[in-house]
Amino acid sequence: MNVLEVSELRKHYPIRAGLLRREVGRVRAVDGVSFHIAAGETLALVGESGCGKTTVSRCILRALRATSGEIRFAPEDGRVVELVGLPKRQLRPLRRHMQMIFQDPYSSLNPRMMVGDIIAEPLKVNGVPAAERQARVLELLDLVQMPASARSRFPHAFSGGQRQRIGIARALALQPRLVVADEPVSALDVSVQAQIINLLLDLQDRLRLSMLFVAHDLGVVRHVSDRVAVMYVGRIVEVAPTATLYRTPRHPYTEALLAAVPAPDPARRGRQLAVLGEVADPANPPPGCAFHPRCPYAVERCRIERPELTEVTPGRWTSCHRARELELAGVG
Amino acid sequence: MRPTPMAEPIALAVRDLAVRFEMEQGNVHALEGVSFDLRAGRTLGIVGESGCGKSVTARSILRIIDRPGRITGGRILLDPGTPQEVDLAALDPESARMRAVRGGRVGLIFQEPMTALSVHYTVGNQIIEAVRQHSDISKAEARNRAIELLREVGIPRPETRIDAYPFELSGGLRQRVGIAMALAGDPDILIADEPTTALDVTTQAQILALLRRLQAEKRIALMLITHDMGVIAEMTDEVAVMYLGRVVEYAPVAALFAAPRHPYTRALLRAVPSVLAAPRQRLATIGGAVPHPGARPAGCAFHPRCAEVIPGRCTAEMPPAIPPGIAGASCFLDVPA
Repeated sequence: MNVLEVSELRKHYPIRAGLLRREVGRVRAVDGVSFHIAAGETLALVGESGCGKTTVSRCILRALRATSGEIRFAPEDGRVVELVGLPKRQLRPLRRHMQMIFQDPYSSLNPRMMVGDIIAEPLKVNGVPAAERQARVLELLDLVQMPASARSRFPHAFSGGQRQRIGIARALALQPRLVVADEPVSALDVSVQAQIINLLLDLQDRLRLSMLFVAHDLGVVRHVSDRVAVMYVGRIVEVAPTATLYRTPRHPYTEALLAAVPAPDPARRGRQLAVLGEVADPANPPPGCAFHPRCPYAVERCRIERPELTEVTPGRWTSCHRARELELAGVG
Repeated sequence: MRPTPMAEPIALAVRDLAVRFEMEQGNVHALEGVSFDLRAGRTLGIVGESGCGKSVTARSILRIIDRPGRITGGRILLDPGTPQEVDLAALDPESARMRAVRGGRVGLIFQEPMTALSVHYTVGNQIIEAVRQHSDISKAEARNRAIELLREVGIPRPETRIDAYPFELSGGLRQRVGIAMALAGDPDILIADEPTTALDVTTQAQILALLRRLQAEKRIALMLITHDMGVIAEMTDEVAVMYLGRVVEYAPVAALFAAPRHPYTRALLRAVPSVLAAPRQRLATIGGAVPHPGARPAGCAFHPRCAEVIPGRCTAEMPPAIPPGIAGASCFLDVPA
């Protein structure tokens, strides 16, 4: 049972020029992305800045309108709604089933509202009676391991990690079917980051959360996700179960990403490798495979023909012409 | 690790450095007795979480701490033990001497290269100006030197890129320009303050490789400030771990990871998410959060979060600082080797 199915999602931005503002080109921020999230599963969407991972998450939340494609969402068992073409009016009742955890715990909480009211707000908007709200706020604070006394204080009284807990409590208030977390721990110190990662793992177990986890930190992603989708210049280049992807990557870009991460172990020193060149411009992507100018394994075909995302072994998808012949290096 | 660790001359010695920010809400002791050595051709890593004082340390050495911060004690000795020895902490920050040191002897690489670059001038203009600040050469010569610097930091087509504005460059290229700026005065000491934190991981790998190469070629004394234990493991020879304005542990990098001696270091290393982790592996955590430097706990500042706290002792007494250059931990439990 899938909570979310995204197929052939595109988000293009026109580049306009001249007196008539004619369209002279397109930034293909997201260019044909497909994936699914099963109930109770956490899928990580990883990639470098500009790869389109945040754009995908914003299209799912309908903060952005997709150019084309389909997003099928199951707000309840047995009911599936297509979100891309859905009128705004019909979207509103669905919002409660889809919640977001933000990156910055400082700007995402209203400084003039008490914590209890911040957490209760989604309940109030959805017509939960006041008495019930109070009980639910206490439950939620307990869930994110915050004292009950927190509800009558303002956000500024709390550290970044505590604010992130408050943000998580608010996101979980309506028991959403899907949680979209965009870099939820990247603004935190290491010691606090570990607490939030553990909290997310606990919540995944206890509530069987389905989560789209957007992140750039491959260390964090290895801890919290069941499967990983790697994006490069608007497209998914590889999807696989987490441990499999890290141990035996099947796309050269995944290999390059993993090799670039400095491991916290001086015995592995010198294994860190730098792939050449820079990320391609999504307004002017190279022909063929977008990664070919940086790929050490590129052949003539890669320069001409764009590889499609295909299933190489059950559950493992990659878009590389040479996926079946290359022996790529992973970690751990 | 390179052999003969201690044979290299000390380029810069920091001794008992104290920095205070005097504010209306009270005094913040940003640094309290920090000591370490920077040696030619070696990399000292400074690691810690927010508020530990790592950036203040860098800015104090260059005498560019923001108001109302000021150095209230200690020494910053350039060329210690030589006839040229000078205490930077005693100089007027605006003096000609200090301006010559800044950029000329000690270069600074910022986290966000735009801190060092102006949006209004071309990359070339800015590097040329930096070059001419530290040597008496003509504009044409300085331009050639700027092109050479851009080539040295791996910028493709430096002859044309020199006329680009910073905003026309990618984040990675901008950081390369930032490094070229830091090298313009031909310094023998480089301070890199989170130089790759704002960059993507593949760009980070490129910039770290560049720093490694430059350091080896020029035998630079590199002080690398980071919060990332991966970068520490990959890049440094010795490491100073900081917590709330003090060095709590100092060690050669291999020893730090193999046998950390301070409870904070041990906890920090176990809290780092790793690409080598098992699926759904939980992390060891440190309770609470880093306190605000203005609300420093009494005794050992780490005691409220420490799993090995000795009641009555750590809560009341500050453990002694680590003598510079000697591996150890500032902790009552640490037994000197």
